[in-house]
Amino acid sequence: MIMLDYIMLVLSILLLVIAFLAVSEKSLIKSVIFLSALSMLSVVAFVVMKAPDVALTEAVIGSGLVTALFVFTLLSIKKEESK
Amino acid sequence: MKKLLAFVLTIGLGLLIIFALDANTTFDDFGFANLAERVSTRYITKGSNVDIIFGQTLEPESGPANIVTSIVVDYRSFDTLGEVTVLFISALGVALLLGSAGAQKRMELNFKPNFMLRVGSRALFGIIIMTGVYVTLHGHLTPGGGFPGGAMIASAMLLLYLADDEFRARIKGFKILESIAGSLYVIIGLLGLVVATYFLQNFLPNGTVGDLLSSGIVPIIYILIGLKVGSEISGMIDNFLTEEEAQ
Amino acid sequence: MIQYAAILLMMIGLYGLLTNRNVIKIVISLNVLEIGLNIFIISIGFVYDGIAPILTSVNNSSALLFVDPLPQALVLTAIVIGVGTTALGLAIVKSIYQKYKTLEIDEVEEI
Repeated sequence: MIMLDYIMLVLSILLLVIAFLAVSEKSLIKSVIFLSALSMLSVVAFVVMKAPDVALTEAVIGSGLVTALFVFTLLSIKKEESK
Repeated sequence: MKKLLAFVLTIGLGLLIIFALDANTTFDDFGFANLAERVSTRYITKGSNVDIIFGQTLEPESGPANIVTSIVVDYRSFDTLGEVTVLFISALGVALLLGSAGAQKRMELNFKPNFMLRVGSRALFGIIIMTGVYVTLHGHLTPGGGFPGGAMIASAMLLLYLADDEFRARIKGFKILESIAGSLYVIIGLLGLVVATYFLQNFLPNGTVGDLLSSGIVPIIYILIGLKVGSEISGMIDNFLTEEEAQ
Repeated sequence: MIQYAAILLMMIGLYGLLTNRNVIKIVISLNVLEIGLNIFIISIGFVYDGIAPILTSVNNSSALLFVDPLPQALVLTAIVIGVGTTALGLAIVKSIYQKYKTLEIDEVEEI
């Protein structure tokens, strides 16, 4: 129980720091990368709280698909800007 | 001024939530949840007085060994039907906003992929599809099920889109597959109403807890959900990466 | 502990939703809010020394101490709906840029 509490403390601090960076960063691509890292940390939180179904679903969806959709939107905006 | 007001509002709301949950005596402390007072004991013991043993119990109330699967597909299957509907509506919205009536081609970007990347990604494509199909089929025995399995199949299509510059999947086939899978889910539910007592009842036999061929219609529904989610997200990715053909 | 962190995460996402002017940052803040909410819902069902709610050949009896499976089923639905919402939001962002050529929400007229 002591080890679990230490893991949760470190995890909580990391989650809060990365979430604040994701919301307040000026550059858009850095913000998207911080969101992807936040999603991966939440997968660690789900595994520590003994929820394997949720961890698997969030790992596949958060890392691959949502980040890819954000990057495709940013690419098409940059392309229209330079036209 | 707006930032200060938003800051005060969010801090106030956060403190209100924390104090309300602390003052509530029925909200258990973290880690000391008493499962005997919750409805989850019915889901864990599957409504019987004897213990459910993996590999031995015959014909329990709900078949899957994965208790979360038995909640999502058997006990609360109507909520899953609602979720499938919400996903269908969002895919429909994306197709309406980003599609166009005329012909479409791949969006032209500045970088061209390598020849080795284009060929080598086809080998990885087979492995990812196989993992997705495995996770979907074993949804009632291991963690996973239809939703991560379908997302893995969509990730395999995303790999092909990223590695090849000219690739475009057959979107018409995906749309037909998605519609058939969604309608089959409702038709199986109506079959439960006709053959047995209520909508979405598990009318096939349940078998032994822990076998691959067990738990009635649960693997069938997870296969349908996996196909539907996979083809929907692949369609969304295709809509994001194509643009109107210049006249 | 992790429940305080989850509530603070929701409040950070809400603050980002209220004060950002770029529409893509608004969609990102919505995602942060949803991640915080999912962590909080799962933390309601945690039991110390509980095991994952799956019957296997090692944990083969239903009389063992399990973690609550009901919040996990709810969060499974919520994650997939979050993906649908994000995709639709990004499609709207792309259409806004095609029509108004700007991403700041102050310069977009005629809602």
